[in-house]
Amino acid sequence: MDTLSALLTGNNILFAILTVVVLCSALLSVLTEKLMHAAFYLFLTLVGIAAMYMQMQYEFLAGAQLSVYAGGILMLFIFAIVLVHHIGENSESVSPKKKWIAAIASISGVILCLITMYGTNFNVNPEADELVKNVNMETLGYALLGTGKNQYLLPFEATGILLLACIIGAVVIANKEKEDKA
Amino acid sequence: MIPVEMYLIVSTLLFFIGVFGFLVRKNLVGMLMSIELILNAVNINFVAFNRYLFPEQIEGYAYSLFVIVVAAAETAVAIAIFFNVYRRKGSETVKSIRELKH
Repeated sequence: MDTLSALLTGNNILFAILTVVVLCSALLSVLTEKLMHAAFYLFLTLVGIAAMYMQMQYEFLAGAQLSVYAGGILMLFIFAIVLVHHIGENSESVSPKKKWIAAIASISGVILCLITMYGTNFNVNPEADELVKNVNMETLGYALLGTGKNQYLLPFEATGILLLACIIGAVVIANKEKEDKA
Repeated sequence: MIPVEMYLIVSTLLFFIGVFGFLVRKNLVGMLMSIELILNAVNINFVAFNRYLFPEQIEGYAYSLFVIVVAAAETAVAIAIFFNVYRRKGSETVKSIRELKH
């Protein structure tokens, strides 16, 4: 009974709720037939994961997750579904036999990973909860814009070029080809 | 303190839910959504390892930020390709671009 009440701290209860929300909505998102519902369940999953980051005291990452994933990428999905998909129509999925094969493959993958995890000893830092408080926005800013060891100016700039290339590429690909019509 | 294994179990399950969705869906947008689930599972792993094993560093933190950005870029281009496929083939399933295999 003591161990049970020791487990029922606010942090653990929050984590359990988040786990249930994330996993259930992810499962519903892949199982539901209607794509719009799948997008809404995906939204719940992404928000749950953002809350997990928040619980780990990585506030900026939670904000980035919310604004880029839940705000940006999900909007793109919903645009694509609304523009292309016939709403109310069920999306096709593979035959039941292939579904079973996919389920067995996934479950065996989970079991394999869990077995590997069980045999591994992670060197968890016992003072992690205290040390993580030293990591603030300033540390992150220096890491993203510094050129020293473990600093990421070059990847940061490369990401900028990637985004530029992706904007141009998306416009070029999605553009209607006018010479086809002429 | 929540043990790091709990986060790893969550991310494992999320990853394989994504894999299952990717294998089961025939719709291109549905498959992309499953890929997002997979990327998120990987991000949880990075962040949990960073948070519990090396809390004074931010390597996993920064890496998952880059993963988020690359995922955004990937989705934008993929949806552009998807619109083009739909315009040319009038269908939104993977079967419609089968000739890419040959």
